[in-house]
Amino acid sequence: MENQNTSNNEFIFIVRCGEVALKGMNKPYFERMLLERIRKLLKKFDGVRSYRHEGLIYVRAEKFVDGITTEEESRERKNAIIKEIGKVFGVASISPAYECESTMESIGETAVKYMFEAIEERGVKTFKVEAKRADKNFPVKSPDIARQIGAAVLKGCKVLKVDVHNPDVRLFVDVRHDKSYVYQDKIPGFGGLPLGTNGKGMTLLSGGIDSPVATWMMAKRGMLIEAVHFHSYPYTSPRAQEKVEELAGIVSTYCGRFKMHVINLLPIQEQIVTNCPEEETTILVRRFMMRIAQELAKATDCGMLITGENLGQVASQTAEALVVTDASVQMPVMRPLIGMDKVDIMELAQEIGTYEKSIEPYEDCCTVFLPKHPTTKPKLDRILASESKLDCEKLIADAIANEEIVNIYPV
Amino acid sequence: MIYLDNSATTRQYDEVTDIMIKCMKEDFGNPSSLYLLGVDSEKIIKKARKQILDAAGVPKDWQVVFTSGGTEADNMAIIGTARALRRQGNRIVTTSVEHPAVLECCGFLEREGFEVVKVGVDRNCRLNMDEVKSAINDQTILVTMMHVNNEAGTIMPVDKVKAIMKEKGAPGYVHCDAVQSFGKIPLVTGVDMISLSGHKIHGPKGSGALLIRNGVNIPAFVMGGGQEKGMRSGTENVAAIAGLGLAAQMSADSMKKDMAAITEMRERLIDGLSQIGDVTINSVLETGNEADMCCPTLLNVTFMKTRGEVLLHTLEQHQIYVSTGSACSSNKKGQSHVLRAMGLKDKEIEGTLRFSLGRFNTMDDIDFAIKKVTEAVNRFRRLGSFR
Repeated sequence: MENQNTSNNEFIFIVRCGEVALKGMNKPYFERMLLERIRKLLKKFDGVRSYRHEGLIYVRAEKFVDGITTEEESRERKNAIIKEIGKVFGVASISPAYECESTMESIGETAVKYMFEAIEERGVKTFKVEAKRADKNFPVKSPDIARQIGAAVLKGCKVLKVDVHNPDVRLFVDVRHDKSYVYQDKIPGFGGLPLGTNGKGMTLLSGGIDSPVATWMMAKRGMLIEAVHFHSYPYTSPRAQEKVEELAGIVSTYCGRFKMHVINLLPIQEQIVTNCPEEETTILVRRFMMRIAQELAKATDCGMLITGENLGQVASQTAEALVVTDASVQMPVMRPLIGMDKVDIMELAQEIGTYEKSIEPYEDCCTVFLPKHPTTKPKLDRILASESKLDCEKLIADAIANEEIVNIYPV
Repeated sequence: MIYLDNSATTRQYDEVTDIMIKCMKEDFGNPSSLYLLGVDSEKIIKKARKQILDAAGVPKDWQVVFTSGGTEADNMAIIGTARALRRQGNRIVTTSVEHPAVLECCGFLEREGFEVVKVGVDRNCRLNMDEVKSAINDQTILVTMMHVNNEAGTIMPVDKVKAIMKEKGAPGYVHCDAVQSFGKIPLVTGVDMISLSGHKIHGPKGSGALLIRNGVNIPAFVMGGGQEKGMRSGTENVAAIAGLGLAAQMSADSMKKDMAAITEMRERLIDGLSQIGDVTINSVLETGNEADMCCPTLLNVTFMKTRGEVLLHTLEQHQIYVSTGSACSSNKKGQSHVLRAMGLKDKEIEGTLRFSLGRFNTMDDIDFAIKKVTEAVNRFRRLGSFR
């Protein structure tokens, strides 16, 4: 009889922390944050535990729990868990693995069993074994482990051939002190750094394609998120805000729940339209948005602002316009999309799942009071002159006093 | 709350809600069951049938087929007629201002090979009788025409259709979508089928009926246990049917009195809104029961150089509810096909609101609405939106 092998009733996932491993002295801190985040996202699954061990994170999930009784349901559960882990920033890759004793005999048996499944499930014909030993006291050296396990697989599965150049399956053997692991796939994660390891930013979230992606990119580098959304009700529809809340919900599946400050810009737009030159409307409104965001940021311990601006995409995003917008605030403004092409932003939006929601047609406040010929090369002194006609401080204070705060939860 | 969107739906009569609750709590038996509890439910349906026939003013031998609403009744009538009469002709005549429940059915039949002719309207949504005459030929198996247009309120000449068909030797039926007129003006009974809806007359949503003249034969629409004389199988929605019956009766009983009051309110509204300036009333001014007049409940108005959607949301802040001629100003898809058929330009459609009055409105409502609409229009015109 075979030894009681834990792989029989448990899925094991080896989770690698990419860049996190490079961070020297901070490594344990980053790993702890990462583990915390993984645990949080996997909370919705029963019978799952995760822990750190020798620079890797292990997730173990019971194959069958309440409500999961068939093989198919169990496989779905496995894929759902992989998908959740993949959403954690700082995860470089995930491998579903088999665990066994660290003896050549046990590793060989497990490799054969693993390959049997691969043959049955996917009609695999050729393979190659690669080995690594974290336990340098293990009596067999890595190239020899690979050779010997390869021989065991050949002997156990007569239909298989070795192909070192272009194998159907690359079987990895990871020999560690107490246990060893056999796995094949390395499912890539998004990389980045664990959430909460890099400060907090106030993101200007609209209903468009860009701002959710920009938010996601900063969160990917470990930044905590707080958001502000501007609308112009009744010039914009209440459904437009609903859409933004749903969009924010998608973003929060990556960056965790956050607060969204909802601000009605219409009183400000009204003042601008009545008192300032039409062609300056857009840039003036942008400057108000930035200043309101900065005030909210100060009040909520955010160190910087995040926007989805992208050089040259629209009139308010020309180099000159960005300079004038930037000059409205003291806080640094992060523009992670600044050098990207629209198609690349769209592709990323699709990958993270915000695209479909973003393209739903509702007007946001950027599209009302849109001048026919907006200025593309605004001059700061002229903009300041226009602003001097307005009681900016009061307008900003009033807008913030009337804010509505919405809690955004992962969808 | 000042609800001026009664053509979209209405607040239920309290009496209707009460009777429905009683149905759900006490008379919950299946009308097909043999014991007394089932028989009681059957009696409720029988009573509703009578209430509806009385309210509609059609002869007692017409069949009432209860449906899930006006849309299903339209589907049943149009698709059913096409299937019943396909050997006798190929032409279906309708108007370009029908409700989508009718237009989509006609579109479906067009794709199935039927010839669909749509008759146009003028600037006030009046149908061109000459066009109707020339559209109907001896191949016409169906004329489907609404009684009252849901956006402009214009009354269509449904009463003249039967005679034209006879004159042209058309073998078909006349179907009338009376969803907007039922309970508000007397129905035209010289037709073969009439669609009704409950929630437009303070009855429950999800209730409606197709009235079928004795002698008209169309095939079953939903097959199954044979309810509704086999026309529409499925256990009857007893509570909704009871509610529909009562709402029909109550609306018919108070129709004269209610419509007189509503007509006055409409006149006040026209006077008030006309004061604003640069306003076009798209509905026919004269109200009544005759073709080419306007049903008193409806008033369609264009406020030039505004956007209806913004006006709608501005009015919403004062709990005044109206509807627009265009769902979203930034895309043409949302534009009302009715207003387009009436020949309104894009700019006009964008600034169009529909006011639809109901029995629960008061003169005070109208005065307050006039005040707030005036403010909203003036504010918008002052600010514009640059487009």
